[in-house]
Amino acid sequence: MGNVSILIAGVGGQGTLLTSRVLGAAAVKAGYDVKVSEVHGMAQRGGSVVTYVKIGENVSSPVIEKGEADILLCFEKLEALRWLEYAKKDCTVIINDQRIDPMPVIIGKEKYPDDIISKIKSARQNVYIIDALKIAKELGNIKVLNIVMVGFLAKKTDIQKETWYEAIRENVKPKFTELNLKAFDAGYKMAECYNS
Amino acid sequence: MKKLMLGNEAIARGAYEAGVKVATAYPGTPSTEITECIAAYDEIFSEWSPNEKVALEVAIGASVAGGRAICSMKHVGLNVAADPLFTVSYTGVNGGLVICVADDPGMHSSQNEQDSRHYAKAAKVPMLEPSDSQECKDFIIKALELSEEFDTPFIIRLTTRISHSQSLVELGDRVEIPLKPYQKDIGKYVMMPAMARKRHTVVEERMKKLSSYADKTELNRIEWGSNTDIGVITSGICYQYSKEAFGDVSYLKLGMVYPLPEKLISEFASKVKTLYVIEELDPFIEEFLKQKGISCTGKEKLPLVGEYSASLIRRQVLGINENTDALQENIPVRPPVLCPGCPHRAVFYALRKNKLTVTGDIGCYTLGSMSPLESMDTCVCMGASIGVAHGMEKAMGKESGKKRVAVIGDSTFIHSGITGLIDIVYNKGTSTVVILDNSITGMTGHQPNPATGYTIKGEKTRQVDLVKLCNAIGIDRVRVCDPFKLDEFDKIVKEEIAADEPSVIIAQRPCALLKTVKYTGKVRVDKSRCKYCKACMRLGCPAIVDTGDGIHINEDLCVGCDLCLEVCKFNAFEKVGGSNG
Repeated sequence: MGNVSILIAGVGGQGTLLTSRVLGAAAVKAGYDVKVSEVHGMAQRGGSVVTYVKIGENVSSPVIEKGEADILLCFEKLEALRWLEYAKKDCTVIINDQRIDPMPVIIGKEKYPDDIISKIKSARQNVYIIDALKIAKELGNIKVLNIVMVGFLAKKTDIQKETWYEAIRENVKPKFTELNLKAFDAGYKMAECYNS
Repeated sequence: MKKLMLGNEAIARGAYEAGVKVATAYPGTPSTEITECIAAYDEIFSEWSPNEKVALEVAIGASVAGGRAICSMKHVGLNVAADPLFTVSYTGVNGGLVICVADDPGMHSSQNEQDSRHYAKAAKVPMLEPSDSQECKDFIIKALELSEEFDTPFIIRLTTRISHSQSLVELGDRVEIPLKPYQKDIGKYVMMPAMARKRHTVVEERMKKLSSYADKTELNRIEWGSNTDIGVITSGICYQYSKEAFGDVSYLKLGMVYPLPEKLISEFASKVKTLYVIEELDPFIEEFLKQKGISCTGKEKLPLVGEYSASLIRRQVLGINENTDALQENIPVRPPVLCPGCPHRAVFYALRKNKLTVTGDIGCYTLGSMSPLESMDTCVCMGASIGVAHGMEKAMGKESGKKRVAVIGDSTFIHSGITGLIDIVYNKGTSTVVILDNSITGMTGHQPNPATGYTIKGEKTRQVDLVKLCNAIGIDRVRVCDPFKLDEFDKIVKEEIAADEPSVIIAQRPCALLKTVKYTGKVRVDKSRCKYCKACMRLGCPAIVDTGDGIHINEDLCVGCDLCLEVCKFNAFEKVGGSNG
């Protein structure tokens, strides 16, 4: 694995912060240099949230810029569209098929764009649409949708499954470990049998 | 052992390893995690102070007593702590004293974009600036040693991308530093004119020594690249951006940004053909160079506002434009909003309904200014809501107060709202102040404060009684109520703004994100009852959606707080799967 830039986009409250920490921890365990850039404070309150994970031999800037991301992990469709220009041409784009209306749409000032998925598919080749929310619901806690996403992404890397497990164990509260490992497995399995 | 750590976490680790005894702070993004992480080390006494001024004073006390101390805050917090800062520069220290200040270029979570390096110069206090998490740890240890060596406090300047980025850090062990003996020394520690005049001379002597130290310290280093035609002087996160933008050129990487190393800079400048200074916000380093007659390129090509990035440098300085393929698409913005179940929503709904002017303050509740609540007229700084309301009354007359309230959070009220309230009483104002008591410091991620009755370590402590406090300073009209009881809250607001004396309404309901808050069930729309009047849309609840053909509840977001049930006159909302009792 050469240098890999992963951009994680979502809505405040969806668990992007934990996602970037798990990705970062797994990459460190696999022996890479890593930088993770997070967002705290006001932006977290239901706003558009983006975090970056940069993995490689020697990483300088913690920030991913337009056209630089190798992997786009999107927790919401509109956010996928918003951050798409950060994706390289051959970027792997993984999208949780969920719609969360932003306030300007909720109050009727703006319209939620139509056909987001087809627009994204026409701009990028490697696009994966998954219903992580549904799986998280089946597991009994919608909060683990982030780790379902991590599981799907994990299959696209050469980092061992056991390394991911360790990263999850170290970053979630003990009483949620089992649930999160199940969420990871579900996402991983989905990537194994995904066909577009 | 190497560990992936936030810059803030690495600062905490450095404080631990360097034998720090006392750590103080008031929470503020992006500095908060420094002290949260320190609280996990039992060897260090840590506290959330009521505000940054008190935090620094406590740290000064610990230093005078001979222990190492660290005090952390966001950039605007240093304005609050500026008073002790300027004078502790004169007294110097006993145990090492470091002030960590986190700037927020790009204003991810701040009300201004000030550049704290000016404080170092103005207060004559040396300043270090790390460029990754490893340096965060190394610099705090170094700063504590230098603080004792040069008898001065040190400032560590962080920025959001340093504080909130994780990179690898080599961990070490804690070194226990015994307390240095405390000796009474009024010439050093009692700053009144006769003593302070002498100490000012000491400060100026110290600055000279520090300037020559800056020229030889390893904190500042030249990295010669294979290209020695281009030289870049930079520090902090801009060093990382520059490395990506310029690649294999030559760098003077400054770890000490005040005082600046004059000889080292001259030497570097003389050996390169083109010299760039890359620094976010103000031309602090650039102006120093220009003052010394060293020509360089900086702000003529780069902005004074916002964050930098590698691509910004490539574009502005090197003229390289990268092609990106933006989709030609109107993408609605997604501004932050009050969470579903937020207690503040009810307050702003009622204030807006009464068409009141609302002087606001700093916290999650500042989001009450956004559409559709649009229920805030001003927001300046911590505690300002109360003074601003009083000032408006004094300018516009007493009657105007019947259409105005000040709104302030519990933590912000303790921070610096109390003094404003005393002013209202003392100077015969009649303003109404609404204290939004959500039992926590919300915006910065749930820190306890003196009004919650818990310490930073979650231990029980004496809780400030807000009612008694207001009574004691002369507010006779103090009303405590639950803002979710909309009719009652509305009635209380009407009564208090009408009163010819100052009053306080304590709107009590805990933050919906607290673990102790257990709303159950969900809300559903009964379509047969909904008249589609959209009154509920004025709540600005992310879970209530107008789809164009009716009102719907987004069940994934609804927490079942039931506020919408209070608002709908047609009882079109119904609760399913639980009751909040």
